[in-house]
Amino acid sequence: MNDLLDAFPVEESDVDRLRGRLAAAAEAEGILDVAYRTVDTPVGPLLLAATEQGLVRVAYPNQGHDAVLQALADRISPRVLHAPARLDPVARQLDDYFAGRRRRFDVPLDWRLSTGFRSTVLHHLAADVDYGRTASYAALAALAGNPKAARAVGTACATNPLPVVVPCHRVVRSDGTAGAYRGGPEAKLTLLALEHRTLAAS
Amino acid sequence: MAEFGPTVLRVVRAVLGPADADDAWSETFLAALRAYPQLPAGANVEAWLVTIAHRKAVDVTRAAARHAVPVADPPETGAEADLPDLDLVAAVAALPPKQRQAVAYHYLTGLPYAEIAEILGGSADAARRAAADGIAALRRTIGANR
Repeated sequence: MNDLLDAFPVEESDVDRLRGRLAAAAEAEGILDVAYRTVDTPVGPLLLAATEQGLVRVAYPNQGHDAVLQALADRISPRVLHAPARLDPVARQLDDYFAGRRRRFDVPLDWRLSTGFRSTVLHHLAADVDYGRTASYAALAALAGNPKAARAVGTACATNPLPVVVPCHRVVRSDGTAGAYRGGPEAKLTLLALEHRTLAAS
Repeated sequence: MAEFGPTVLRVVRAVLGPADADDAWSETFLAALRAYPQLPAGANVEAWLVTIAHRKAVDVTRAAARHAVPVADPPETGAEADLPDLDLVAAVAALPPKQRQAVAYHYLTGLPYAEIAEILGGSADAARRAAADGIAALRRTIGANR
């Protein structure tokens, strides 16, 4: 009775439509704990995820979007749905950022995936290292109150749950070279060049 | 959970017909979302979803019986080769509920009869028998129409 499967075909468009409806109903009922979508950018498709508190995760393709979603399900809640609407504001701001029209992100952030000294480092980075500027790992360690912790700053950047929005790409080596980046060295250079170019043109 | 979306839609379409399938699918996944945090780690998510879908389908069928909603005309026969086999769809719809459910849960999801017995109540043997009777009835109906 293999014919049975053929007798009840399921189109992907039907499932997508129902998933959209489900996401809206879950959001209305307050049981959509993690909404996600992807956006295409010059540094590749970025995965965006938000809780009801705010943007909680931005991930590069080389981090494996499926693995990132699984980690969100494990750490935050298994109620993870593809629900683009919640991420529309940040998606629009990312578009503007990559087009050189925006220098600062203005969306609520959920910092729960970053704790302790790493969180302190990322807060300073978001607040004190402006668009188009860079800071060395050592300088950021000093800003975060522990000048000897340059290595820990490197770890904080490598585990930044909100890359691009929290600008760890602006943290570079003391000799002026770009250094490592979780999204890959090319992505880091692309972001630095974009900001440099936009500032120079203004 | 998302990966079982298509399978659950197939099952509710087979058990309920296309008209009520969308609502049953939505209610199944909403109920699953509500209950998901309580699902034990390592549970069979597919069997769990089919169980919820079964209950939703039973609810929908009872509500329909109460409101005596007129049933749509049976689908036209003589479909093209690349269209769903409407004879078979109609024959599935004509099965007694327990046979239709056993056939759908086993042949559209691959759940073992032990799991299906949990969903339908009764023994695994009874579930296997209901599915076998259902398949035999489908063969008879389709054979008679061709």
